[in-house]
Amino acid sequence: MYQPLNLTIGVTVFAVGKYTCFIRPFLESAEKFFMRGYQVHYYLFTHNPAAVPRVLLGPGRLLSIIPIQGHSQWEEISMRRMETINKHIANRAHQEVDYLFCLDVDMVFHNPWGPETLGDLVAAIHPGYFAVSRQQFPYERRQLSAAFVADNEGDFYYGGAVFGGRVARVYEFTRGCHMGILADKANGIMAAWQEESHLNRHFIWHKPSKVLSPEYLWDDRKPQPPSLKLIRFSTVEKDNSWLRS
Amino acid sequence: MVYAQPKVLTPSRNDVLVLTPWLAPIIWEGTFNIDILNEQFRLQNTTVGLTVFAIKKYVVFLKLFLESAEQRFMVGHKVTYYVFTDRPADVPQVPLGAGRKLVVLTVRNYTRWQDVSMHRMEMISRFSEQRFLHEVDYLVCADVDMKFSDHVGVEILSALFGTLHPGFYSSSREAFTYERRLKSQAYIPRDEGDFYYAGGFFGGSVVEVHRLTKACHQAMVEDKANGIEAVWHDESHLNKYLLYHKPTKVLSPEYVWDQKLLGWPSIMKKLRYVAVPKNHQAIRN
Repeated sequence: MYQPLNLTIGVTVFAVGKYTCFIRPFLESAEKFFMRGYQVHYYLFTHNPAAVPRVLLGPGRLLSIIPIQGHSQWEEISMRRMETINKHIANRAHQEVDYLFCLDVDMVFHNPWGPETLGDLVAAIHPGYFAVSRQQFPYERRQLSAAFVADNEGDFYYGGAVFGGRVARVYEFTRGCHMGILADKANGIMAAWQEESHLNRHFIWHKPSKVLSPEYLWDDRKPQPPSLKLIRFSTVEKDNSWLRS
Repeated sequence: MVYAQPKVLTPSRNDVLVLTPWLAPIIWEGTFNIDILNEQFRLQNTTVGLTVFAIKKYVVFLKLFLESAEQRFMVGHKVTYYVFTDRPADVPQVPLGAGRKLVVLTVRNYTRWQDVSMHRMEMISRFSEQRFLHEVDYLVCADVDMKFSDHVGVEILSALFGTLHPGFYSSSREAFTYERRLKSQAYIPRDEGDFYYAGGFFGGSVVEVHRLTKACHQAMVEDKANGIEAVWHDESHLNKYLLYHKPTKVLSPEYVWDQKLLGWPSIMKKLRYVAVPKNHQAIRN
């Protein structure tokens, strides 16, 4: 159904500081599994273009390297992503792609990720919270924050590592999250899980049109439950303290 | 809004399919929260058009159709009834709720009931372009010899929807009464077909309904030129169209039912839009 539409799928991915070490496994596995047969445009945001390895891409697939400022605090880098993606869409991506996915770089594809994931506004269920009640979701619980979610609210806990949709919807979404992040900054507060907290609040009020199961956002440190038939995209083993230093 | 948390590991129904292989939801009671959906559609100030044809003696069905729609169809949203008739004087005066209006569209009739049925496609297609596009967001195209017996709301709305025919939801595709003669534009081979859709309840956005009705009308014109008429008329052509242009939502047989013929099986938690008894001989003239 999607192939005749000649779509281009964009992917934003951020590799700042030591995270450049994840670029090769991410891109190589994406070449094998992500949107095979479609036109794909990777937008790689990095402070160090020289550190980007040469990865061979298939036909109809492009990589653009976009330099951004590094930052000493990893939380800051993480939260600026919303603003960066939003500006990038306005400058470029809206003309170049039909759909856009925003993915974390410290991940690897293990199985096909195809057009079944396309939708107007797409979120993915966080692998750590699909079987718990909403009171236990790590939402931001301080009312002062723009990302605040009350105990009796919430559908699913979505992972910040995967979201996407039609380019115009992603533009609105990232803008909304960024506004919340700015409001918090002005109030001297940072949400519990940075932009993931804002993403979660936003998805309650602007419900995604499609939700990806934890097959699309898995944590390899977890044992694979029977309900999970296939793992398509999951975290890479890493040492957070080294990476973030 | 406060509502129960959706449970990832608990399917909403374990007795029926709730998603087609192309990821379109199949709408059954229990699969949706109407409060969430109402809020989403009200935020868009959605207007729904309901087309219904009351030609010759079929005007007699209008009163019950409209009165039951007032109670159960898209309550709380803006609705425009488009009543196509050759007898505008016989359209009953039914009191309408706020935000709801009725437009009478005078059209010609046809001698044969098959032609009356089939020309609905042509008429909807023509009026979609001229009028509906500017007046409503979604169109629902319904048979008139029916009544709304339970809630029919925004849960059905999407770009393109069809309804599972109540006589065939448990049949295999070889038994579907598709048109099987190669000569017809509505031809579907025995090893193809997803579902058998009912001709009496379909719809979608105005743009998509226009595309569908235009395509079906053109296919029927082609068939006529080739001296053939599809076995189930506009319903055969509808099925061909939806096979190659997959609907974005599919309604369960709750949305088109005949209690006299089919009773009330346990998988049907609600009977929402049901046949009204009629004397086929008398009414089809």
